[in-house]
Amino acid sequence: MTQNEIPDIQALREMARLIRLDILESTTRAGSGHPSSSWSATDILVALFFGSILRYRADDPWWPERDRFIMSKGHAAPLLYSVLSRAGYFPVEEQWRLRQIDSPVQGHPIQYCMPGVEATTGSLGQGLSIGLGHVLGGRLNRLDYRVYVLLGDGECQAGQVWEAAMAAAHFKADNLIAILDYNKYQETGPIAREMALEPLIEKWRAYGWHVEEVDGHDIPAIIEKLKAVQQLKGQPSIVIAHTIKGKGVSFVEADFTFHGRALTPEQAEKAREELLCS
Amino acid sequence: MQLGQKAGLKPSKPMRDIFGEALLELARNNPKVVVLDGDLGNSTKAETVRQNFPERFFNLGIAESNLVGVGAGLASCGFIPFIVSFSSFLLCNAYDQIRLAIALSNINAKVVGSHGGITLGKDGPTQMGIEDLALVGGLPTFVILVPSDPTIMRKAVQAAAEHVGPVFLRSSRVAMPYIYPEDNCPFEIGKANVVREGDDVTIIGCGIMVATALDAAAMLAEEGIEARVVDMHTLRPMDVETIVAAARETGAIVTAEEHLLQGGMGSNIARVVAAHCPVPMRFVGLNDTYVESADPGDLLKKYHLTADDIAIAAREAVKAKVRV
Repeated sequence: MTQNEIPDIQALREMARLIRLDILESTTRAGSGHPSSSWSATDILVALFFGSILRYRADDPWWPERDRFIMSKGHAAPLLYSVLSRAGYFPVEEQWRLRQIDSPVQGHPIQYCMPGVEATTGSLGQGLSIGLGHVLGGRLNRLDYRVYVLLGDGECQAGQVWEAAMAAAHFKADNLIAILDYNKYQETGPIAREMALEPLIEKWRAYGWHVEEVDGHDIPAIIEKLKAVQQLKGQPSIVIAHTIKGKGVSFVEADFTFHGRALTPEQAEKAREELLCS
Repeated sequence: MQLGQKAGLKPSKPMRDIFGEALLELARNNPKVVVLDGDLGNSTKAETVRQNFPERFFNLGIAESNLVGVGAGLASCGFIPFIVSFSSFLLCNAYDQIRLAIALSNINAKVVGSHGGITLGKDGPTQMGIEDLALVGGLPTFVILVPSDPTIMRKAVQAAAEHVGPVFLRSSRVAMPYIYPEDNCPFEIGKANVVREGDDVTIIGCGIMVATALDAAAMLAEEGIEARVVDMHTLRPMDVETIVAAARETGAIVTAEEHLLQGGMGSNIARVVAAHCPVPMRFVGLNDTYVESADPGDLLKKYHLTADDIAIAAREAVKAKVRV
């Protein structure tokens, strides 16, 4: 995918539907996983991988000049595997081995476990630091790639995120772009109730970041924002994407306790119908 | 306090100075080497690289978690990061990052824990790395190096860079005497060095305790006990062959480390001895205790890490041997 191709919005929406179905399939087969956290960020990753934003070569996954994508919220691994497989990094069927014995498709991403998996994540808070390391490495190697890091919202409670935020601004890492999947829920409940993050925009600005907000399910709007922040110089950017946890499946959207569990076969059938009809 | 005096070893500079020189030489010869500092470069002596190759030196400030993550990212770009800070700060503040981003990812990053052990002295127990070897020992994929003299420190820094994969290297504030010739010494990761021959008992040490063991061996020789001394410069992979040979040939083993006995070198050697060739063992190290701010020599004496302590342990081990 190059930056010159103009994405067909209808095709992107179809891709998002396909990926949501993949996530349903892989987590239902595994009998565990985090489908709702994966669905909330699906449209963001479709914009990134299929909306002519990320520069990559699926047949040459470690191409040195590639843009990096780091899934810092590692529990959205099913989403990552689906996107990578649909982008051509590995056969689509590989996803169905998620969490199975003797399979490289790990429950949370392990660096290099599959082509395109850039970092080990799952203990939350670590991805942005690793992304900054790629930025500094790119400078030394005189390569102009960009580094995209998908952060979870609950993850922003971790101190390391803010250590990395401070350092990224210090190093003027303008090719570091964080995207926040702001679905407003963490494992045990609403973020505002469990450990409030607001005022979030002011926090990122105070750490020296350029901040944009977007509807995290409006694929053209996400593409537009990501293109806009690419042009900024001298400071890192974060796009705060307002999302709905479980997006696409009504009864999951309505129940945050789906965070860390797969759907039952009956629920999965209902979800499949909804996704196919949406 | 002068380590190695009884054994007639030649004194040298503080190990951290040797480390700084070795790191600079490495950076000069290998453009892929980058140094990540947790704002202690002047103490760890990693600043030698800052002065000479500023573009390959990054001070990430007092934020060890981020320090390790950034290092992991640089390693993923093909660089060889040396992540340098105090051993206690790195392993205690950033253990999870070292575990996920380096050990579990099995990437080519080097973690240097400076100021290992209690001989940093007067700054006290908050700064001392007395659990570091147990902590890093809990991370599969890590090679663990604990140099005992200036020559082997230079070799170890070079070997750490050449080994593809995670390496932990322990550095120290204290001066260690020359055990080996100044220009060269045998050094192979995972192959311990026998630095003194003997058949009555084996003393296995790492770091400063190798010179101390040689002092103890000199004392024991006066009593007619010939101690073999092994420099266990690599704690993982552990040299099983040398340990088993020592157990078979000398019939008693003493281990000596500037670290907690719980989870340290001695406990791992005991596992090897128990499985392959059980013989009487004694253990010199810190026994389930924190220490205090004081002169390093006073600390070694008070917490029983001297040549006298090793000699006492060796006599006991010899006495416990089964007579045939």
